[in-house]
Amino acid sequence: MATMTAHAHDGTPQTTGGKYYVPHDSPWPVYGSATLFVLMIGLCGWLNDWYGPWLFALGLAMLFGLFAGWFGVVISEHQKGMYDLQVDKSFRMGMMWFIFSEVMFFAAFFGALFYARQLSVPWLGGDGVRIFNKLLLWQGFENTWPTNGPAKLSPRDDGSFETIPAFGLPAINTAILLLSGVTVTIAHHALREGKRKILNIFLAATFLLGFLFVALQIEEYHHAYTELGLKLSTGIYGSTFFMLTGFHGFHVTVGAIMLLVIWLRTMSGHFTPQRHFAFEAVAWYWHFVDVVWLGLFVFVYWV
Amino acid sequence: MANTTHADHAHDHHDHKPHGLKRWLFATNHKDIGTMYLVFACLMFFLGGSMALVIRAELFQPGLQFVDPQFFNSMTTVHALLMLFGAVMPAWTGLANWMIPLQIGAPDMALPRLNNFSFWILPFAFMLLLLSFFVPGGGPASGWTMYPPLVLQMGDGFPLMIFAVHLMGASSILGAINVIVTVMNMRAPGMGLLNMPLFCWTWLITAYLLIAVMPVLAGAVTMLLTDHFFGTSFFNAAGGGDPVMFQHIFWFFGHPEVYILILPAFGIVSEIIPTFARKPLFGYETMVYASASIAFLSFIVWAHHMFTVGMPLAGQLFFMLSTMLIAVPTGVKVFNWCATMWKGSLTFETPMLFSIAFLFLFTIGGFSGLMLAIVPADFQYHDTYFVVAHFHYVLVPGAVFAIMAGVYYWLPKWTGHMYDEKLGKLHFWLSIIGVNLLFFPQHFLGLAGMPRRIPDYATQFADWNMVSSIGAFIFGFSQLLFVAVVWKAVRGGVTAPQRPWEGAHGLEWELPTPVPYHSWDQPPPPSVIAQGVTH
Repeated sequence: MATMTAHAHDGTPQTTGGKYYVPHDSPWPVYGSATLFVLMIGLCGWLNDWYGPWLFALGLAMLFGLFAGWFGVVISEHQKGMYDLQVDKSFRMGMMWFIFSEVMFFAAFFGALFYARQLSVPWLGGDGVRIFNKLLLWQGFENTWPTNGPAKLSPRDDGSFETIPAFGLPAINTAILLLSGVTVTIAHHALREGKRKILNIFLAATFLLGFLFVALQIEEYHHAYTELGLKLSTGIYGSTFFMLTGFHGFHVTVGAIMLLVIWLRTMSGHFTPQRHFAFEAVAWYWHFVDVVWLGLFVFVYWV
Repeated sequence: MANTTHADHAHDHHDHKPHGLKRWLFATNHKDIGTMYLVFACLMFFLGGSMALVIRAELFQPGLQFVDPQFFNSMTTVHALLMLFGAVMPAWTGLANWMIPLQIGAPDMALPRLNNFSFWILPFAFMLLLLSFFVPGGGPASGWTMYPPLVLQMGDGFPLMIFAVHLMGASSILGAINVIVTVMNMRAPGMGLLNMPLFCWTWLITAYLLIAVMPVLAGAVTMLLTDHFFGTSFFNAAGGGDPVMFQHIFWFFGHPEVYILILPAFGIVSEIIPTFARKPLFGYETMVYASASIAFLSFIVWAHHMFTVGMPLAGQLFFMLSTMLIAVPTGVKVFNWCATMWKGSLTFETPMLFSIAFLFLFTIGGFSGLMLAIVPADFQYHDTYFVVAHFHYVLVPGAVFAIMAGVYYWLPKWTGHMYDEKLGKLHFWLSIIGVNLLFFPQHFLGLAGMPRRIPDYATQFADWNMVSSIGAFIFGFSQLLFVAVVWKAVRGGVTAPQRPWEGAHGLEWELPTPVPYHSWDQPPPPSVIAQGVTH
């Protein structure tokens, strides 16, 4: 306790709690909630054959307005130097816990994958005391992976499907993401040392690698849908494969867009070697999608 | 004075506040946002409560009286969703918004705009949910647990329910991030973690639980959505999936969720009992460690909700024993509260009455939980009214009573007026009689074999159902008194002193009454913090 009180008399901004930036009233939160509502109603309408696509498009337009408006305010406040180090720390902690919540979202789908591979498919195949599943319910269904289940759900007439081998495109994509993790780190070091040119080049390389990853992923999906008989509806393998890689691909896309925005900001001279929270937040996010990909590569494509 | 800098002027005077609708729509002040959360929770409490009264009216006697079975099922489902996500959780977030900055000496929540975002998502989320009643197929009727394959048979309301749950989850996650950042980064200098009032502690732990499990719920309902619309096979055995998988994922969220609902209650009761016993809380640190242990255990007990669904013997044993382990930290808490009252100078104002009722009745709910944890016994109790009695004992005289205790306790501080003690006591006594009439007989019904979620029942259950329904109406209507008491205190009444309760400790009582619109814009000096430390 004594040390903390001593800090208070130093007047260091991290510990005093004074001079804390409390923003004035803002229209963006309530506008953002309305945006989410329009998006969700639009999606519901789409799924139910109401007038969904139009509402959804309106919601998307509102979403762009939201990002431009809300982040615009935050960026301009940051540029005016309104945020002290305590605010900076709040932002950092907020971003970290947001990423943790994203990790838990992926954990649900990894959980589904492990449950299917370790429990539900073996049980359907008559594992242990569940021998009657195999004898009576799903005759002759064998516990294998990959599988599209005892009903052989597949777009092909014979119920077969093929999978994407790990050491083809997915391995190249792994290399791309790992490389982008290196380039963003080089960019970060350059930013801290004030080498703006290196920063700009390596940050650009990072988001280009990100978009390249997404392009290759689209190519892979196209291949799966048109030639492999592997679709979202191809049993539990198709479900877990496309939901895990799909949500990951969505996060990569968002991350790459965030990197692009950060790059535009570095190009217009934002950020200093000491203060560049937004850069770091995006870099953390980028490492997060990278790590999730490693999990995907190992558990979805490889083993 | 104000060191707090603002967007358009460096100094702000204490009672400068925006006016009109803008004050609420565009709010960034933690007190305003807290008030909105509490008012919203109150509305949802009455809406969910009226659905409960529809249920109890239908169950007043055997046979079908008022509603058809489909609508009855919608009532049980939406009653639960409203009460959990609309009433209890927003009430906790409202109290967190009001009290955490005051208690840790911070000028506001750490991320004020995000704070308003988390609030305003909620009305829209519940609009989506309630909209489902007006589309073909009607409202959700699968039970709040949304088990497939039943839930997949919903009509057009299905995606409305799913996206409503997504939005509620997003709101909770953002709110939880705000609480964590506020507690970890905004404490006044000298306010160590172990100096914080227990309400801050239990909310901090709750926030970690929220961030860990709400995304898992989002994942689970997303899988429902894709199973329904896009042909995935997560919960379809023909494709290699398993409906039971949903139950595992759901309850991995669901069990921590029930501690999310009750942990802040532990915090509130741990502040009120010492105040009215005029003694420091017994075993402050063990309370913190017990809360953390309960939170940890909540992640490894989920399958006790599904013993009858079929799982390996080793799984049943593990989940039974880990569940029983929770009784240890919970017991520590109950004994600590008793020890706090032991030889204290007790007085029984309304907040204390609700807290003592919490102590006894929550403990009853805890004990019936232990009974349910025993696998062979659970085979008998599962999906009976015994379960309904159990979780309503922990949630109504547990969580809801603690919320009311907290509101009575801090109302003078918020409004500057003492509430009407006579009316408050009347509210308490009607509530406690009503709640026990309502839920205690449900234990008997469950043990005798009455299943939950049915609109009609065999005649041997008639008597206790009638008693239960009478209790429900007494309890339900006496809550109007609560609104009356709060409204009266907001409008006027005896002026409250700075420290309306002589035994109250904590930084919030070091501020003037009513609390100014901007408080602690300068951190409290160490002497004030030392005075405010509760133990």
